[in-house]
Amino acid sequence: MAHAAGVDVGSTQTKAVIVDEQGRVTGRALTDTGANVMQAAEKAYAIALEASGLEEREVEWVIGTGYGRYRVTFGNAQVTEISCHGRGAVHLFPGSRTVVDMGGQDTKAIRVSETGEIVDFCMNDKCAAGTGRFLGAAAAALDIPLNDLGNVALSSEKPVRISTTCTVFAESEVLSWLGKGKKIEDILWGVHTSIASRSGSLLRRVGIEEEVTFTGGVSRNPAMVEALEQRLGKKLNYSEDSHYIGALGAALFALDHIRASRIPPAGAAAAHKEASP
Amino acid sequence: MNDRQEDSLVGRGNRDGAELFRDWFESLNDTAERGESAAYVFVMGSFNEILKAFDMPVVFPEINSLQTAVRRVAHEFLDEAEDYGYSPDICGYVKADVAVQLRGGEHPMGRIPKPSLAVYTNACNTYIKWAEIWQRMYDIPIFTLDVPGTRQAGGQTWPGERRFEADRRYVEAQIRELIGVCEQVTGNKLDIDKLRQTMGYANEMSSGWARVLELNRSHPSIFNALTDGTIFLGVANGLRGTEAGARYFRELVEEMEHKAARGIGTLTEEQHRLVFVGVPCYPIFRRFNELFTEWGGTFVSSTYLWFASGGTNRGYQYDLAKPIESLAEGLLLFVRDAMDSMFHQYAMVRDMVEEFAIDGVVFHPIKSCRTVSTGLADSRRALMDDIGIPSLFIESDMMDRRVVSEAQIKNRVDAFFEGLISRQQHSAPIAGTPAQSGSVEEVV
Repeated sequence: MAHAAGVDVGSTQTKAVIVDEQGRVTGRALTDTGANVMQAAEKAYAIALEASGLEEREVEWVIGTGYGRYRVTFGNAQVTEISCHGRGAVHLFPGSRTVVDMGGQDTKAIRVSETGEIVDFCMNDKCAAGTGRFLGAAAAALDIPLNDLGNVALSSEKPVRISTTCTVFAESEVLSWLGKGKKIEDILWGVHTSIASRSGSLLRRVGIEEEVTFTGGVSRNPAMVEALEQRLGKKLNYSEDSHYIGALGAALFALDHIRASRIPPAGAAAAHKEASP
Repeated sequence: MNDRQEDSLVGRGNRDGAELFRDWFESLNDTAERGESAAYVFVMGSFNEILKAFDMPVVFPEINSLQTAVRRVAHEFLDEAEDYGYSPDICGYVKADVAVQLRGGEHPMGRIPKPSLAVYTNACNTYIKWAEIWQRMYDIPIFTLDVPGTRQAGGQTWPGERRFEADRRYVEAQIRELIGVCEQVTGNKLDIDKLRQTMGYANEMSSGWARVLELNRSHPSIFNALTDGTIFLGVANGLRGTEAGARYFRELVEEMEHKAARGIGTLTEEQHRLVFVGVPCYPIFRRFNELFTEWGGTFVSSTYLWFASGGTNRGYQYDLAKPIESLAEGLLLFVRDAMDSMFHQYAMVRDMVEEFAIDGVVFHPIKSCRTVSTGLADSRRALMDDIGIPSLFIESDMMDRRVVSEAQIKNRVDAFFEGLISRQQHSAPIAGTPAQSGSVEEVV
């Protein structure tokens, strides 16, 4: 049975997903990217292979994605994470038409077609305001583990309003609220709503469709889900797999390639179309 | 025409344009070395017809500034102006020019003469404050010519209509005032026949420019609007109203007609025809273009070629029998069109999508010029809602490499082409390096 893989090398974490011929996930992995991007990609891929019980030679095609996609040296091709998140989101949630991907250093708003094609996209600009890094800065200022941020924030009763969207200034604003005697959970909820507000603006620029899917590492944060849902006034699609959606999308593109390569050349274009979800 | 003649014809516009451009800067250097001064003007309404009728050398500070970026030394000039006290947030062109002035005219292309006079329109709000800097530095006369733009309410006005005539007379009165200022500065009376001569050359350049732009409807396109176009633009501005400029555009039309007739395209294997909206990313000028050509994308048109040529792309022809009246009419139409190309480009781009067989539109707002960038996001949305054309929105800068991130730009450009190809073929994005990604067939 053929297998395909996607390796998503993000600024903070690297994800790998392996799928079988039917597009079912057989193994996946998550590792910190760190300073050695190539090594992170290799490590994530090795873990995903092990989880699938596969040898490397059993994977026919590998696609790299994310900012480090060109450092996936064992990969066969590269696709941007923008396309991969769109594709992966529609695969997991077929009704997705708008995707918000919140990662370590950027937030993307993506509008997709029913087949996962990118209709439009919009990203935060040079600064990391409104991204995972903003949460990281707040977590560092408050000395709270990043994974606990969401649950602490959800216990807020009297939220404060964080006026800065600058990641660098966030820390000083958080500290100034602490100095005024505000509770940590109230400050944290303010941080989350500040990010949600900025992300909401990005989403409006591409158009907020009926179903919105939340992807990327920050989608694991329950307070961010809640803050975004409040901001958009609608429920979001998300799951524990949301973090892997970029790698999943890359694996699905790799699977497309495998399927298309088995079709006789004369019918290639038509068959490729059939192979798409 | 034999093969050798054909060889020398193709690419002549780029070669001669670069040479004329260098010659122009050399002549400015000579002017500065002789201790003489020049008129300072801007691309959106340069008044070259009048100034050259007075034999005044003409300096375009915007062009000086962008040349520092193209030559990769803009950061030195920007830093110097910021050290002097100018904010990082203001126009990069202004800051580079301030540094040139502080250095006594030192510039990578030669010495720039000091100003004797600055003339400008209201097409860009920064022009006015910029000129005031020279006024303070050199105690020179500065002249603002207020050109009525397109009214937000009501329709466009045209020659012969009462409201247009009122605007034209308003501009004419200011032109007559400007002529008086030029007479004072130079000590010479206006030679009306010489004005007719510069206007005649300008007529040839305008009609040639309009023809060149129109010829890029050809398949494949015959020049890249971002790279080749900027060379043509340099001549259109710097040599406006001169015999050499008129000859250049005659020959450029000849070259472009030759290429169009024989299907000689740019170096790019044309797969996606694009329009560029905004000001180029000069700090990585060539590389920026390559990010598109690697995917088979080529820019067949650009709003920059419209507004940065001061609206002369419309090809308006002066009536030499009524030079001052006609100059006023032309200036009003040119500058109004240039302003519309910046602020109301949506309808113009929409109209050319079919005519030029455009596949995608690239919007490029820049950090240090909010005048030209504000509104681009709305224009893009309106264009997509109206005709559903794929578009890309990338922000960088015309001067400041501190806000230009090639990796981020590349990511967006790659995603844009993945989406474009995917939609064109109603299939998944093509997995592969850009060079391999021209079609599904190549990959499968």
